[in-house]
Amino acid sequence: MGKPEELLYSETHEWVCVEQVDGAKVATVGITAFAIEQLTDLVYMELPEVGSQVTTGGEFGEVESVKAVSPLYSPVDGEVVAVNSELPDRLETLGQDPYGAGWLVRVRLSDEQSLAKLMNFAAYQKQCADEAH
Amino acid sequence: MSGPLNQTPLHDWHVAHRGRMVDFAGWSMPVQYTSIVEEHQATRRGVGLFDISHMGRLRFRGPGAAAFLDRMVTRRVTDLRPGKIRYGLMTNEKGGILDDVLVYHLTDVQGRSFHQMVVNAGNREKIVAWIRSHVTAADDVEFEDESLDTAMIAVQGPAALATMAALAGADLSRLGYYSGLVTTVCGHPCVASRTGYTGEDGCELIVARAVGLQVWEAILSQGESRGAQAVGLGARDTLRLEAAMPLYGHELSETIEPLQAGLAFAVNLEGREFIGSAAIRAAKASPSGQVRIGLKMAGKRVPRQHCRVFAGEQAVGEVTSGTFSPTLDVPIAMAYVDAAASGLGTELLVDIRGRKEPACVVQLPFYVRPAPGGNS
Repeated sequence: MGKPEELLYSETHEWVCVEQVDGAKVATVGITAFAIEQLTDLVYMELPEVGSQVTTGGEFGEVESVKAVSPLYSPVDGEVVAVNSELPDRLETLGQDPYGAGWLVRVRLSDEQSLAKLMNFAAYQKQCADEAH
Repeated sequence: MSGPLNQTPLHDWHVAHRGRMVDFAGWSMPVQYTSIVEEHQATRRGVGLFDISHMGRLRFRGPGAAAFLDRMVTRRVTDLRPGKIRYGLMTNEKGGILDDVLVYHLTDVQGRSFHQMVVNAGNREKIVAWIRSHVTAADDVEFEDESLDTAMIAVQGPAALATMAALAGADLSRLGYYSGLVTTVCGHPCVASRTGYTGEDGCELIVARAVGLQVWEAILSQGESRGAQAVGLGARDTLRLEAAMPLYGHELSETIEPLQAGLAFAVNLEGREFIGSAAIRAAKASPSGQVRIGLKMAGKRVPRQHCRVFAGEQAVGEVTSGTFSPTLDVPIAMAYVDAAASGLGTELLVDIRGRKEPACVVQLPFYVRPAPGGNS
């Protein structure tokens, strides 16, 4: 996927990589290495079906650790066009390659306005540093 | 909780070793250092060290101590021999559970007898107030809350006692289960007991607050070759849940009476009266219906406290604790359900955030440690 420096980030620790595909804008969404480090002991993940609609800030799935369950929040608006369906059975991939093989969904954007609210790498790094203590 | 959090004498060590600190019952405590599963397995396979200094430690002296405690606790204390420990409950007049406690009868180095009680961190102030409101001059008992002057460390796991052999002033492996004594650790005075909250063999140690850190580091270093690891509250919870040990605020509360909780073994009603005994006797004569059970999930979603339990369409109870079991590799839970739905093998449903997930009633505990010297 992209290099972390080139991605966009939500406050809820999802990353976004926007690409032009067949004249439409498609966002690949994942969760950041920082978030995975914080969660630890992942045991379960649920992702949406292809064709479902997601909205910015809305829940599109959940990830569960031994300790607690965390909702996955969509950083964008649009239709899910692909799902990393192998990921829930190989949760260790999230820790090994969060910005590549650990992607969650691809969303064809219906509205690009939400992209403007996402952070760049530097801003997201600052947020993580603030949260870390 | 308001005001600054209490800190155990190991607080700075936890922070320096990447402990993720959380507010637990007014104390700043580590929930984990590395991973909950890793710390859990270290305890099941080798040695886990737990800082349990947040728990309450109360000492009772004087000729009336045993008789006084006998009135306060669901187990008999007057016949507790020196060196013995009993698990019991403190109940209110209605038979509701105020706390679950360990009562120790020990002999100090001068040969004087005393009693000690270990209570939950979150209930300590309530229990201290309860005791103060019941003790009278006629009881002839001196009572002291030593919690803030002492540290408490649990050493748990198949290699726990071997680790302690070089450090303790007595051979703890010769101590019976639920026995204790006044001895030394690293040369410092210590109360050692063959007790724990993990389902493993091991011991719990009480030392002066000032030497807590030194003792902790000595045990960790001694146990290094046996895989000793510091373990946080996260794995303490998964370990006790696999062992089906109740946790106050989950399986136990003031609105739950002991028999309902499946703790008949911790209640002695024979020829004695204690606060709450009349109510517990009445409850025994006409059981209320709900009982504590174990559930094993068919899927991977994890039930949590307050998830509702169904038999088909009918609501039959509620989950009190749930987690993913690192040993069994499936989600497990304890719940209170109607007696009719409590039979082993009963297929039930747990409502996890709006979706009913299949579960099966299984025997408690979920985990029993292999017999010593066994092949497993």
